[in-house]
Amino acid sequence: MTYLARSPWVIHYDASSCNGCDIEVLACLTPLYDIERFGIINTGNPKHADVFLVTGSINEQNKEVIKNIYNQIPEPKVVVAIGICATSGGVFRECYNVMGGIDTMIPVDVYVPGCAARPEMIIDGVVKALGILEEKWAKMEAGKK
Amino acid sequence: MSKQVVIPFGPQHPVLPEPLHLDLVLEDEKVVDAIPTIGYVHRGLEKLVEKREYPQYVYIAERICGICSFIHGMTYCQGIEGIMNLEIPKRADYLRTIWSEYSRMHSHLLWLGLFADAMGFESLFMNAWRLREHILDDLEATTGGRVIQGSCKVGGVRRDISSEKLDEMASGLDSMQGELHDLVNVFLRDSSVRHRLKGTGILSKDDAYLQGAVGPTIRASGHSYDTRKIGYAAYGDLSFEPVVASAGDSYARCEVRAKEMFTSIDIVKQAVKKIPDGPIDMKVTGAPDGEYFARSEQPRGEVIHYIKGNGTKFLARHRVRTPTLANITPLVTILKGCELADVPIIVLSIDPCIGCAER
Amino acid sequence: MIREEQKMQDITPDSLIRSVQAMKDGGKRLVQIGCARIGDIFEINYSFDKDYNFENLKLTIPSGLEVPSVSGIYTCAFVYENEIHDLYGIEITGIAIDFKGTFIRTSIKYPFGVVSSKEEDACQNKL
Repeated sequence: MTYLARSPWVIHYDASSCNGCDIEVLACLTPLYDIERFGIINTGNPKHADVFLVTGSINEQNKEVIKNIYNQIPEPKVVVAIGICATSGGVFRECYNVMGGIDTMIPVDVYVPGCAARPEMIIDGVVKALGILEEKWAKMEAGKK
Repeated sequence: MSKQVVIPFGPQHPVLPEPLHLDLVLEDEKVVDAIPTIGYVHRGLEKLVEKREYPQYVYIAERICGICSFIHGMTYCQGIEGIMNLEIPKRADYLRTIWSEYSRMHSHLLWLGLFADAMGFESLFMNAWRLREHILDDLEATTGGRVIQGSCKVGGVRRDISSEKLDEMASGLDSMQGELHDLVNVFLRDSSVRHRLKGTGILSKDDAYLQGAVGPTIRASGHSYDTRKIGYAAYGDLSFEPVVASAGDSYARCEVRAKEMFTSIDIVKQAVKKIPDGPIDMKVTGAPDGEYFARSEQPRGEVIHYIKGNGTKFLARHRVRTPTLANITPLVTILKGCELADVPIIVLSIDPCIGCAER
Repeated sequence: MIREEQKMQDITPDSLIRSVQAMKDGGKRLVQIGCARIGDIFEINYSFDKDYNFENLKLTIPSGLEVPSVSGIYTCAFVYENEIHDLYGIEITGIAIDFKGTFIRTSIKYPFGVVSSKEEDACQNKL
């Protein structure tokens, strides 16, 4: 494990989520689940972040915001789509204002299904994302040589 | 007069768990105007009534918001039952009441935590959320879901709670009260918290009423308006008094929510004592024809579900007026004249739930 | 369960302002303004409350008709009126804070004003 995967910082954005997954993401940070023990810190600044957690699906107004945040995160970066809405649109798939899952706008590395996704699953998804982050970093290093 | 500048606040902002955008017009550090823009989480779910049969739509109604999920589902069901003139079993009414109050406690603890975080009081945030897990454990044990319960349906509820579990829940709340008191004491007595909250964002009694504030926001400005008093579900059989404060500032709004948790514990304990035996649901046949405004008290205030049926399985219209939408006008009023550094606290003090507001 | 009484009073566009003013003079709180589309006709409901007494005014208009704003009487009406404009495409004149269609931005213009979504593809066929 490199230093990167030992202390990844995450940024969370609520696309058009119902809040169910958002409060579960926050619950991961609090004493019972405590993902800080993996060195994970929640930041509000995209330039500090390595992992992008998105809940909810893409709509007309937030698609630019998501792209903006994604572009500001430095390489290597991983995206975790949390909840069934972020994965595919979920029960709201047929709504006129829902364009679909997060992968219609930015590349997604890990999908965490569930409505609402449980904290254990979110942690599992983030840990899985760390492995991918590591791979991406190794590839970047190899490219430099 | 100094030069005016406009500062955009949000949609992605460290203090906001949800996207809300405000254009703040500033003169030096003073906010002179605030213009809200919403729509970042607008899904248009009200239009799904055209594609989902009315009993299926309960799932959508519950997902209007993940924090006040249970009460949305319940109010929608009450609307349908109102049109069809259904008298649901008493036990179902009591179970709905118990789950509503659990939702209120979990929402208020969540809000207290986020509010502490906005003040920069990290350890208090963690403590509030640690206590909240007790509430979520009971919700999960009785409904199977932590935040989205899925236990309400048209004509009753889907799951029963055994009498042993009900007693266990009541005694669990009792043993939690001590810790809850300690937590609330910090919010209400700590000098740094008081210093930060007293006098910020004052909403006068008249403004609160005329601008249509609801929930803790109106009760903190001296009105004792609480929709539970109309006696839907089992609230008519239970005795409680709405918590009221008069100062109208952020401290008062915090005080109302903090004290309401103890009212909720009391209501749950009364309901556990009085709950009758019997069936928990009834058979529903036919389709709603007519219109009905169902009202109930969310953690954030009064919610209205307007339902119009046309005699088919698909409703003609379902409209939700959520408490946050009603509280936006008061929010804009109290933001005028505050300092930029207080904006996060004032925005959070109305307990905005954007997922609700935009649907 | 207690079934609340549903008081509903029909009004016309001409009497709208007068009726709403009467509500305010009676010390009532504006609870909400909502809209429903029934065929080619729009129903706008104005709900009021005082001491838990719930009352409604119902304005029925054909599509294409302009409606005067009541935000001069109740400021908070601007939220609901902008919403009705953005979702139904009903022109409401003289809103205190008029967002001119930018309050809720949607991918389809006036989603509730256009034809029913039933005719669209089922979700399985969507992309």
